[in-house]
Amino acid sequence: MRLAVPSSHLSIAVKRIKKDSLAKAGLCVVCLFALVALLDVVPVPTHDAYGLRWGRTALDVIFQKDVEKSYSPPLARTGILNRQEFPLKARHLLGTNNLGEDVLYNALKGVRTAFIIGIVPSVIAGVFAIFFGLLAGFYGGWIDDAIQYVYQVLSSIPAILLLIAMLMIMERGLWQLCVALGVTSWVGLCRLIRGETLKVRQMEYIEAARALGASDARLLFRHILPNVMHLVIIEMTLDFSGLVMSEAILTFIGLGAEPGTGSWGRMIMTADRELPNGIWWNLTGASVFLFLLVLAFNLVADALRDALDPRLRAG
Amino acid sequence: MAYYIARRLLLAVPTVLGVCLFTFLLFNIFASPEAIARKQLGKNPTAAQVQTWISSHGMDKPMFFNFERGRDHALHPFDSRFWNHMKELVLFQFPESDYLHEKVSSLLKEKIVPSLTITVPAFLLSILITLPLALFIAYYRGTYLDRTALFVCVILMSIVVLNYIIFGQYFLGIVLKYFPVYGYEFGLGAWRFVLLPIIIAVASGLGGGLRFYRTVMLNEVRADYVRTAMAKGVSEEMILFKHVLKNAMIPILTVTVLSIPFLITGSLLLEMYFGIPGMGNMMLNAISNHDYPVIRVLVYVYSLLYIAGSILTDISYTLVDPRITFK
Repeated sequence: MRLAVPSSHLSIAVKRIKKDSLAKAGLCVVCLFALVALLDVVPVPTHDAYGLRWGRTALDVIFQKDVEKSYSPPLARTGILNRQEFPLKARHLLGTNNLGEDVLYNALKGVRTAFIIGIVPSVIAGVFAIFFGLLAGFYGGWIDDAIQYVYQVLSSIPAILLLIAMLMIMERGLWQLCVALGVTSWVGLCRLIRGETLKVRQMEYIEAARALGASDARLLFRHILPNVMHLVIIEMTLDFSGLVMSEAILTFIGLGAEPGTGSWGRMIMTADRELPNGIWWNLTGASVFLFLLVLAFNLVADALRDALDPRLRAG
Repeated sequence: MAYYIARRLLLAVPTVLGVCLFTFLLFNIFASPEAIARKQLGKNPTAAQVQTWISSHGMDKPMFFNFERGRDHALHPFDSRFWNHMKELVLFQFPESDYLHEKVSSLLKEKIVPSLTITVPAFLLSILITLPLALFIAYYRGTYLDRTALFVCVILMSIVVLNYIIFGQYFLGIVLKYFPVYGYEFGLGAWRFVLLPIIIAVASGLGGGLRFYRTVMLNEVRADYVRTAMAKGVSEEMILFKHVLKNAMIPILTVTVLSIPFLITGSLLLEMYFGIPGMGNMMLNAISNHDYPVIRVLVYVYSLLYIAGSILTDISYTLVDPRITFK
């Protein structure tokens, strides 16, 4: 006879995604994007006049094309610059932009940036939120009051302004952007974790662990943390889409990563000047990539939330 | 009621002071005056230029307390960076813009109207459109229509607001020529220019709003009073539009206030694309010109608005829910 094993959060989530065909499709797309991002991390040695170099990634080796003079439509044989046609060095599946760069390659370069922006700020915010949320919920008293005061103040500053203010005093860069996004987004999760810790703290198993002589640190990190972790997972998946989109918006208002970083925001940025001239492929390339990744992630995140969120499961 | 409002306002004071303190930390501790001066002065300023900028902005004063005798040989212990900063914000004596050399308060007065002509109609219109639609979807919950609508919502939510603006401006403004593409006119003539931004703002928020309101309605539909109403034979329309809608008002009110910060982002981009001289435009100019006083004041003003908004929401709960009373 088998004992009934209470199903873990993870197994519930897996079951839920297996049942949901939209979520499965979303997961496949996310994996595909993740593969592109990974290709962009793996360095490949190349030889040049100065010897062996590790500056290029696998993605560069596969997709980078010769730079043309200017715009050219998708799959064209010739490009147009100052009303004069010029021959192209290679075929470009999605055409080239004003600098003659391959649009498909630029869009693929944006994938790694998107993953960094979608994940790193959540991790930073998660660390802050877990630390302060656990402390506030577990100890209560003045610690709780102080932490609540800090997040009360931070949450009353509209996020976009907080972001702008922080990015204005920092140097431009992808990692600075991640820090700013992380610092502005930990408050909501902190509040959730505090509430959940308050609930978990009073449970019998905590009392039992305490009776056995477990230290506060052990109680917090061995016994309480695993029971609030699902909140962090839900929040991270739900935040991913918003973060990826905010990268595009921030780049757009001049607060994005440094030039040279692959960025869909920068590709979309020039579109209002290009569209009236009939140049649609640059905007479309970036938009479609952005849309597909965000949509796929939204579908997965919804399924995950439905499976893991205790607030929804009660209903 | 008056007592409650007074207490809420008093409780907001520490938060407001906290916001002031935070902006002080941000622009004085995390960023040194010299770094700010260099950014503001542009390419390769001389050391003397940096020094004049710092002293003209009072940033060479001591951080918290001033123990040096001033020109009149008297002590001014509060003539320090911290106290001047707090005084500026709390007493609404806003500093001058570094770029436009105009008082930020007069800039705000001038810019707030164009912003409001977009955000207020867009805000009201989106509620007017989204709520009935959400009720309609909730009415057909669990059916094919509901599932399709949900999927469409997710798709709409996955499109970045930039795309809404670019496509809207291009197709409705440039190709079909229904609306002027760029510009603004003060006074009543503004309506021609704000129409397209408003439509785009409503469209871009539709997916997320619809899905949220549907969830709220469905949470209410599961409540006991709905079962009771069903049992005594109230029609489903009556239950949804009278009982559920009324009870769903509290989460709806909460989210409307929470959506105010998103209105800022939306108006920021819309004003940029459509050349509307509002707060968003002011913010963008401040960003590109490293105009720190403007950003400092905007952070403070928007936080005040947000705090005021959340107090108003709490008060409005009494209007929609007779069970909530304030002592």
